[in-house]
Amino acid sequence: MIEMKSVSKWYGTTQVLNDCSVKINKGEVVVVCGPSGSGKSTLIKTINALEPIQKGEIWIDGVAVHDKATDLPKLRSRVGMVFQHFELFPHLSVTDNLIIAQVKVLGRRRDEAKKRGLQMLERVGLIDHQHKFPGQLSGGQQQRVAIARALSMDPIIMLFDEPTSALDPEMVGEVLDVMVGLASEGMTMMVVTHEMGFARKVSNRVIFMDVGGRILEDTTKDEFFGKIEDRQPRTREFLNKILQY
Amino acid sequence: MATLDFSFYTWANISNYLLSGLYFSVALTIAATVGGIALGTIIALMRLSNIKPLEYIATWYVNVFRSVPLVMVILWFFLLVPSGFYDLFPGGSGQKYRAEICALITFVVFEAAFFSEIVRAGIQSLPRGQTNAGQALGMTYAQNMRYIILPQAIRNMLPVFLTQTIVLFQDTSLVYAIGAYDILKGFEIMGNTFGRRIETYLLAAVVYFIISFFLSMLVKKLNQKIRIVR
Ligand SMILES: Nc1ncnc2c1ncn2[C@@H]1O[C@H](COP(=O)(O)OP(=O)(O)OP(=O)(O)O)[C@@H](O)[C@H]1O
Ligand SMILES: [Mg+2]
Repeated sequence: MIEMKSVSKWYGTTQVLNDCSVKINKGEVVVVCGPSGSGKSTLIKTINALEPIQKGEIWIDGVAVHDKATDLPKLRSRVGMVFQHFELFPHLSVTDNLIIAQVKVLGRRRDEAKKRGLQMLERVGLIDHQHKFPGQLSGGQQQRVAIARALSMDPIIMLFDEPTSALDPEMVGEVLDVMVGLASEGMTMMVVTHEMGFARKVSNRVIFMDVGGRILEDTTKDEFFGKIEDRQPRTREFLNKILQY
Repeated sequence: MATLDFSFYTWANISNYLLSGLYFSVALTIAATVGGIALGTIIALMRLSNIKPLEYIATWYVNVFRSVPLVMVILWFFLLVPSGFYDLFPGGSGQKYRAEICALITFVVFEAAFFSEIVRAGIQSLPRGQTNAGQALGMTYAQNMRYIILPQAIRNMLPVFLTQTIVLFQDTSLVYAIGAYDILKGFEIMGNTFGRRIETYLLAAVVYFIISFFLSMLVKKLNQKIRIVR
């Protein structure tokens, strides 16, 4: 489904991705974790070419993302993405947030798009808020709308970049619930997160990235959460830190 | 000091001398604002385009017009553009309204330099994540600009636009240099006709003040409103 082969990326002379290879099969949920600045956001953004790469290959469903000739807008319309800071469009109502790309990008009729958007809004439990503006919603609600917006495009995969780390603690659960639901329905997902509870519950694999943009571990969930002595020293250090409290 | 006498301000005289001038000043302000924002947006997009030649042209455009007094641009355009240009307008209207056409074009061209800087600041003040979000949904550059970025940039910059419009309204008086018939010209002719120049310039100042003051209040209101929306 998704395959990254030896991907490297530099900002000027600093390397932020170092020979990264990842394979995600259909229906898999892969969690990416690692210290700040290790390149998790960059890695996930290369998948839909929000960040260009200098070396390596990325394939989504048989389409070469790294190929200059690829129609990137078209490719991106099939890849859902959810951001740390939600990035709803504040000048548009919730409904219009859900509709705009369906109409302008996919060419759906407005009523058709609205129907689909409201279905998704219903599923994230926010149908009563369709007429509001993003600024009138709590962080957790905004993030759920953002997920609904991505789902309205009928993506073949969903990418999440720290979807809960900008939220107040009491709102983390409502967003994770939606994501767990998605995973259990078989959505292919790549999730950058430090929510180890989520990883333990629904992920198939866990990837650990270390400073310098290197993938240090790529293991099954059971392995990852199994014997901690089997983990790399850097991973252990990281896990001890985030699981300490 | 002679006593002031305003008795010649009858409705008949006002509509005779002033209304068409006021109409032109207001029309010029509105047209230069709308045209200036439209052209300014294009220049701002050129400047942010990452395409070197376009960036270069836009940067020069802005720098040149920001370094030259408006009145000089008006005069140059008036003196340098050949008469044949005005024949392009239908029915001889071009020659008849030569000064007005010249004023309109120079104002749009000149103001675009200022508006483009405002639009650019508006675009740059938006979080980068907004662009990313539009792109991630599959929008092209043009769609992203049109539906996501520019509406927000322009809405956020509305008070600044209006402030610039107030300056612009006051600057329209500079068209006296080429003899276009604006509100100030109306007052001037009226003053000469009735031999009451002090009274007319006093009233002219009041009119400029009232309109500018009213617009300033509007800016304040808008600012409060936008703060609430945020
Ligand atoms: N536009 C940029 N220009 C230069 N360097 C950048 C840029 N964006 C990111 N970097 C650098 O690339 C590295 C990886 O950044 P990235 O945001 O991918 O890390 P991250 O793992 O997502 O961190 P965090 O957990 O803080 O979100 C960092 O060292 C960062 O400083
Ligand atoms: Mg990040």
